[in-house]
Amino acid sequence: MTTAERPFPHRHLLGIAPLAAADLERILDLSERFVELHERPIKKVPTLRGRTVINLFFEPSTRTRVSFEIAAKRLSADAINVSAAGSSTGKGETLVDTAQNLMAMHPDVIVVRHGGSGAPALIAKHVDAAVINAGDGTHEHPTQALLDCATIRHHKGQIAGLEVAIVGDIEHSRVARSGILALAKLGARVRVCAPATLLPPGIEGIGGEETAARVRSFYRVDEAVEGADVVMMLRIQGERIGGAPRFANTREYARFFGLTEAVLRRAHPEAIVMHPGPIQRGVEIVPEVAEGPRSVILDQVSRGVAVRMAALYLLGGPEPGAEGAGAGGGG
Amino acid sequence: MDLLLRGGRVIDPSGGPDRAVDAAHDVLIREGRIAEIGAGLAAPAGGRAVDVKDRLVVPGLVDLHVHLREPGQEYKEDIESGTKAGAAGGFTTLCCMPNTDPVNDGRAVTELIARRGRDAGWTRVRPIGAISRGLEGRALAEFGEMREAGIVAVSDDGRPVMDAGLMRRALEYARTFDLPVVQHAEDLGLSAGFAMHEGPVSTRLGLQGQPSPAESVMVARDLELTELTGGRYHVAHASVTRTVELLRQAKRKGLRVSAEVTPHHLALLDEACGDYDTSCKVAPPLRAAVDRDSLREGLADGTIDCIATDHAPHSSIEKDVEFGAAACGMIGLETALPIALGLARDGTISLSRAIDALTRAPARLFSLEREGVGTLSVGAPADVCVIDPDETWIVDRDKMRSRARNTPFHGREMTGAAVLTLMAGRPTWDPLEALS
Repeated sequence: MTTAERPFPHRHLLGIAPLAAADLERILDLSERFVELHERPIKKVPTLRGRTVINLFFEPSTRTRVSFEIAAKRLSADAINVSAAGSSTGKGETLVDTAQNLMAMHPDVIVVRHGGSGAPALIAKHVDAAVINAGDGTHEHPTQALLDCATIRHHKGQIAGLEVAIVGDIEHSRVARSGILALAKLGARVRVCAPATLLPPGIEGIGGEETAARVRSFYRVDEAVEGADVVMMLRIQGERIGGAPRFANTREYARFFGLTEAVLRRAHPEAIVMHPGPIQRGVEIVPEVAEGPRSVILDQVSRGVAVRMAALYLLGGPEPGAEGAGAGGGG
Repeated sequence: MDLLLRGGRVIDPSGGPDRAVDAAHDVLIREGRIAEIGAGLAAPAGGRAVDVKDRLVVPGLVDLHVHLREPGQEYKEDIESGTKAGAAGGFTTLCCMPNTDPVNDGRAVTELIARRGRDAGWTRVRPIGAISRGLEGRALAEFGEMREAGIVAVSDDGRPVMDAGLMRRALEYARTFDLPVVQHAEDLGLSAGFAMHEGPVSTRLGLQGQPSPAESVMVARDLELTELTGGRYHVAHASVTRTVELLRQAKRKGLRVSAEVTPHHLALLDEACGDYDTSCKVAPPLRAAVDRDSLREGLADGTIDCIATDHAPHSSIEKDVEFGAAACGMIGLETALPIALGLARDGTISLSRAIDALTRAPARLFSLEREGVGTLSVGAPADVCVIDPDETWIVDRDKMRSRARNTPFHGREMTGAAVLTLMAGRPTWDPLEALS
């Protein structure tokens, strides 16, 4: 596994934005090796033996937390889950306090899920461990984008040249932001689609020229899906929507932005359907499509473990240049 | 102590734009007042003479918008530390906002602040009273009694007056006592949950934005009410293009309106929030380049009357947290002067306009010229700021006179500094020990 021996040029994984296409490809390549490991009767390698990974989750999460936990354990790291409630508002322990307290226990990697955009970056400023962003507010969710790319690559062979539609609550979605950045960096074209109330200004340019040239916005789902190779549906993030309402009700939303079999027929015949979960059946996607033949939703979940193993390996693995690192029996 | 400031470049815009003094002159100070300005003056008997060649000698700077946090939030700043920071920045008069704890909505708190300011002795302290009792936006505060106790304006700063009916009555009631009404213009429906300016940067960072009209719809409403009432209306910390355009129209119409702009809105853009640096979180938020350019233009042509810092000290408790949870505000007293001088250096505004915007113009808006503030006229109190326009220095948040460290300019090089501040002829800032 020679690709894994080169030092990874980033200390943390705070987002897709700071990564180059080569960094993304490296993680994806490595994840494929780990997928093979899942097929074996013994799914564990000794690569991160003696390393400590703390999963610090300030928001409820099942999928992502379990995925990171399994990833760490399959690499033989000691994984500890910490669920912390709420955010710092001047009362109780602040985020920085929490991070510094955990740091006193010398973890090698801290995986952070937090409701505030930028929270993992704040933690990274105050700790020595590598920080992996497992979703921060409405900012980024880089490992989700990576597992989405891994899934697309598996089913489509490559990402460059694909047409990917992302439909749903773009404004409040960290999955959308990381996805747009990763897909554009890897050469796909992205169509984002939402009612105007959920399409934030400048979404096409969030990655500068790199995304501006490759991202287009749509208000009509049938136009967004037309001929698409990948259709990615997002849920409405009701818990993050404050102030004035963004649409009339879920019935009307489903009618104009939901993915039905009729809408899906406009996509490329070989199109795959994705969703980062959790799904609100009957709102953004009908059950027949979510469970239908084009759906790769559960495949996304299993690739999540492999991608997170790759991220943990590259950031929490042996020091750059150390001998005998190897991804164990992964390759 | 009598004092002669010898050979400085005296800039005093108080005669108005056409009759502003700008010449090499000596300034003689006797018994705390400006005694004479001219060439070749003799040092006073028993007094001191200080050579200020190559320095600017201007009226002590006036800031219409600071938060001194006393009473109630002394862990962030107090009148002693805040006014000391002011003196170090060249200021001799600070007008402090009423969002203290308790709120300055009556005579007792006004008197307390005024007395604590006098006792500290670093600058003149002129309190601003609340518009509404408890800043709650319902009942009017006691404008009349606060006026007697020394307030120079009314404002609910930090909060807008959302209720148009209350704003109308505030403008009328303030007119009764000849007080300007200072509005923190922000429509709360448009700004709900904001962390920064709404635009491509907020989208990229995943932070809730407030659009530019959050300010300008409020300004537009208030200008209608100003016309209705004939009141005096002052826009605090103007931040968007449309506000400048609305003010320009209103002034042309002859309404009694005025506005201030902060050094940070003149100097910084929303991009500064890019690294989730909470010292850049402020209300109104740092805006887009087009807004900054309009503000500079408005300052140059007088649509925006003056520069005010909105010095807003916070501690690490409010700032060393996630961006969304952080308090709004930044300190500004010790960095305002070099930012204004920088705009003059790069030709955005003239040097005399820069000085005007920090002295005569703000003094006039809150009627402080009646007590001789903002001028070097003979007979006025000797509030003087001596500036080295060429001194370069690096902002270090750990070495501020303010108790707070929340400056977005930490580590930046600045050019220009106050090297001597006098209040009524007495040195309040003398880092070169010219008078010791």
